[in-house]
Amino acid sequence: MTPTWVQLAYLACAVCFILALKGLSGPRTARIGNLVGAAAAVVAVAIPFLYLDLDHIPLMLGAIAVGTGGGVVGARTVQMTQMPQMVALFNGVGGGAAALVALLELHELAPEAGSAGEGVSWFVLAATAFTIAVGSVSFAGSIVTFAKLQELMTSRPVVFPGLPAVFALSLVATIGLSVSTVASPAVTIGVILALVGLVVGVLLVLPVGGADVPIVISLLNAFTGLTVAAGGYVLENVVLLVAGTLVGASGTFLTMLMARAMGRSVANILFGALRGGSTLGAGEASDRPVRSAGPQDIAILLGYADRVIIVPGYGLAVAQAQHTLRELVEVLMERGTKVDYAIHPVAGRMPGHMNVLLAEAQVPYEQLQEMDDINGEFKQADVVLVVGANDVVNPAAKTTPGAPIYGMPILNADEAKQVVFMKRSMRPGFAGIENELLFDPKTTLLFGDAKESLGKLLNAVKSL
Amino acid sequence: MSEPVVWLTIFVLSVFVGIEVIAKVSSTLHTPLMSGANAIHGIILLGAVLVTGTTDNDVALVVGLVAIVLAAVNMVGGFVVTDRMLQMFVRKKPKVSTGSTSGSGGSTGSTGSTGSTSRGAA
Repeated sequence: MTPTWVQLAYLACAVCFILALKGLSGPRTARIGNLVGAAAAVVAVAIPFLYLDLDHIPLMLGAIAVGTGGGVVGARTVQMTQMPQMVALFNGVGGGAAALVALLELHELAPEAGSAGEGVSWFVLAATAFTIAVGSVSFAGSIVTFAKLQELMTSRPVVFPGLPAVFALSLVATIGLSVSTVASPAVTIGVILALVGLVVGVLLVLPVGGADVPIVISLLNAFTGLTVAAGGYVLENVVLLVAGTLVGASGTFLTMLMARAMGRSVANILFGALRGGSTLGAGEASDRPVRSAGPQDIAILLGYADRVIIVPGYGLAVAQAQHTLRELVEVLMERGTKVDYAIHPVAGRMPGHMNVLLAEAQVPYEQLQEMDDINGEFKQADVVLVVGANDVVNPAAKTTPGAPIYGMPILNADEAKQVVFMKRSMRPGFAGIENELLFDPKTTLLFGDAKESLGKLLNAVKSL
Repeated sequence: MSEPVVWLTIFVLSVFVGIEVIAKVSSTLHTPLMSGANAIHGIILLGAVLVTGTTDNDVALVVGLVAIVLAAVNMVGGFVVTDRMLQMFVRKKPKVSTGSTSGSGGSTGSTGSTGSTSRGAA
């Protein structure tokens, strides 16, 4: 049996993972929490090398080195704007690894269970099948999510006739093969189960589009957590069980929090497109008349305002204009204007993404106001400057019951005295629907690349 | 308690702990939290080592090594990228000339550390 000191060490690691998650949920403790988690993970992986007489140690250390190298390079070079797809990718490979581990375990279990008949409990086999199936779903789903966010394929929902039928069929096949794995375990069936799981994963994510994709990442993250937990049960390893379950439970909860921030249910996000009504609008530009102005005019508007609220969106980050925006805000504040950033919970491509992007540009944490705190203040704002955002200020969320974003809490930019939109074109936002606010009489548009426009605006305000 | 029930007990309790510890997270931290949780399930690396180190089948060895590489990418990459995000949140407050900053109650956790940039990619 496993020595007592090993079991105690595993228990300590499991506790560290709990502390890591606890730390990650507070701004002051987040970084140390993450480091505690990392340390526990390293210790936990080192333990089997210390007490077991493992074979293939050089090969395994080599494989760990390769994976570590790949992970570090990816993590260090990724742009902050690409964070959602990076998380998706890391999640996918984790799910894939879990499925492979379960397949190997099935390879060990199959002969035992076949001959003795009582060697392996059905519970263990069921957990193995679960890990193979859900790990594959998570792997394939994450890869499709990555492709969507990286724009290797369309980010709009992909639905083809018969998709629901094929999806239902593969689900039934997954369940059938899982039952078969429990009844008469064989590696071949396990491999087929993994392949069908891949199909389910692809079909699950294809119909999800636009702003909903990040929610799916969170959900798949929870899936991977649960597969790791099931894998822990199969391998009788308490660290895997506890760590996996923690991630599975907190990931599921986090997914629901995010869905709530968008005014949607998780089921609606996953299957909305299948029920006929697309989760996206037409995505076409309108040719209705709007009022536009040059940087000089906007500079005067901003320069003589007492209260300005900035609404940053993903477009800001894509243009890499965060630094210019911060400079503009600093100049305005020197002139005595009160300026805040209004951060929508799902601004950017992932909940909380905008905070990361602005933190990167060294915008002071205190200037970032959460939606609930600032929504009452829009009435007093002289100017709201919307940079690269659209859906999060779209009044359709409050006024148009048929709109895909209906019910999503939005920033009340429409209550301000003046609204300035900085846009590249009239193309609609991530959700693909038109924004009535653009055509409002108090709205002015400043067309052009966000970085360029902000630079001109900055110079114009400086010379006022 | 029979053995499966012991494991089930650990599982159920962990579910509650998992929900409880993140119940009060602010939306500011959703992205790093997701990323950190993502790194934690990279601990499947431990499982991959356990099965690969005890196999005597060549095909299984190759599959196991692939699993180790994938799991290591998940675990190491996940923790490193989370740390990169979080170190941006902890920074000295830049000096603001007038008192016209937003009134969100002063020192919201921005203590210590350098004011210099810490970005890996510009």
